[in-house]
Amino acid sequence: MSGYFKEIYDGCKSLVVGLGITFKYMIRPVVTLQYPRQAVKMAPRYRGHIDLVPDAESGNKCIACGMCQRNCPSGCITLKSEKPEGAKKKVLTGYRLDFTKCSLCGLCVESCPTDALDFSKEYNLAGFKAEDFVFDLLKRCEERRR
Amino acid sequence: MSEMPEIFRVLAFVGGIMALVGLNAAFSVWLERKVAGHIQRRIGPKEVGPFGIIQSLADGIKLMSKQLVVPAKADPILYRLAPALTMITAVMVFVVIPFGPALVAVDLNIGLLLVFAIASVNVLALLMGGWGSNNKYAVISATRAVSQNVAYEVPMLITVVSVVMITGTMNLNTIVGQQQNLLQWYIFPWNGSILLPVAFLIFFVCAMAETNRAPFDLGEAESELVAGFHTEYGGMGFGLFFLGEYGHVFVGCALASILFLGGWQCPLGILPGVHWLLIKTYLLVFVVMWIRWTYPRTTLYGLLNLSWKVLVPFSLAVLVVTAAMLKVF
Ligand code: SF4
Ligand code: SF4
Repeated sequence: MSGYFKEIYDGCKSLVVGLGITFKYMIRPVVTLQYPRQAVKMAPRYRGHIDLVPDAESGNKCIACGMCQRNCPSGCITLKSEKPEGAKKKVLTGYRLDFTKCSLCGLCVESCPTDALDFSKEYNLAGFKAEDFVFDLLKRCEERRR
Repeated sequence: MSEMPEIFRVLAFVGGIMALVGLNAAFSVWLERKVAGHIQRRIGPKEVGPFGIIQSLADGIKLMSKQLVVPAKADPILYRLAPALTMITAVMVFVVIPFGPALVAVDLNIGLLLVFAIASVNVLALLMGGWGSNNKYAVISATRAVSQNVAYEVPMLITVVSVVMITGTMNLNTIVGQQQNLLQWYIFPWNGSILLPVAFLIFFVCAMAETNRAPFDLGEAESELVAGFHTEYGGMGFGLFFLGEYGHVFVGCALASILFLGGWQCPLGILPGVHWLLIKTYLLVFVVMWIRWTYPRTTLYGLLNLSWKVLVPFSLAVLVVTAAMLKVF
């Protein structure tokens, strides 16, 4: 008999404790964001697709050495460069990234001798065709510099 | 209101009660989603209207514009009748609910009895809906709802009997009239029986179970029975079940506040009126929602055990103690 009352008492107590917990949660501030209007700030180490870092003088810091292209295990990177008449260095004329194959391993970023590459913070990526994810990074870089 | 010709009085009350049932459902759904949201630290509806208050209206319009599909091999009469019946019972019990000193459609001296008589027809509507829609989940859910309602009607009525013994009347307006201020509310143990707080708790738990609210929502257990007895209902058929459910929740809470919390009386004895009943009722409705979003669903055995092993003995104890105290003092 005493077990019966003890069970009821314990049950009621646990119910009240539960109500207390949810009430505390109810008056705490909300943690969700209203997505299209608000967005989270991406963490500093978030890895979006790679991007050429814009540079104030020359546009970008790439010296067209081709290390990134060679190091990429998935073969996502296609470089184009030319050596203008009389110039000493090569100039980057095209940087194509096939993001559909990229594994975000970061080898390209690490291997770049001039820190010309970085991860972007882009996460709003959605498209209907695979071609939507082939980026012209040189053009993106020019656009961002403007 | 008694100077008005009877026909206008009837029309005014019918219109008023229908509007109240509709608005109550809209407001309750909104409140429920807000409470649920904030308990889970979300915002809840916020896009339609300020604080999303018109969201339920938009949902209602969507439901009304949908086609009512009668499933193949369903019983066409029962299937169509069930949502209407649950709505009718929800509307009819409002007839005797006293909203204010003179604001009651029919001041019946057996009002309390009428509420229980009509409200228990609701379970028939659930059974009809479940049976009529030719769906195994709906039938399982309907039988569950019936066994649950039978189990909880017993302790509920026993506690109500003990309250009636104290009040000496079944006229809801008179019962409210007896509770002029906070100290005279029938929830307090010095007003006739030492076990009145227990009686209130039992009544509240039973009211929650009678209206199939979580944690007693075995009839609609989404994780086991799709959507319970209204699995096959779409559009406004589902909408009527919804309106009816929130109507019954409102009635249950209004009855709890009439019997135990002084109805339309102000706690301090000043400015009594319909607003007090609404405040008390919606506070209780809020508690019902708070409970829903706190506890997981019970099992069928847990539910029946709670009723037959705990609530029934306790309500009998309340009855006996109340009778003894009334005799002695
Ligand atoms: S992150 Fe890795 S896979 Fe992606 S482009 Fe760079 S090297 Fe290639
Ligand atoms: S490794 Fe760096 S500098 Fe070399 S081509 Fe790639 S981006 Fe340009």
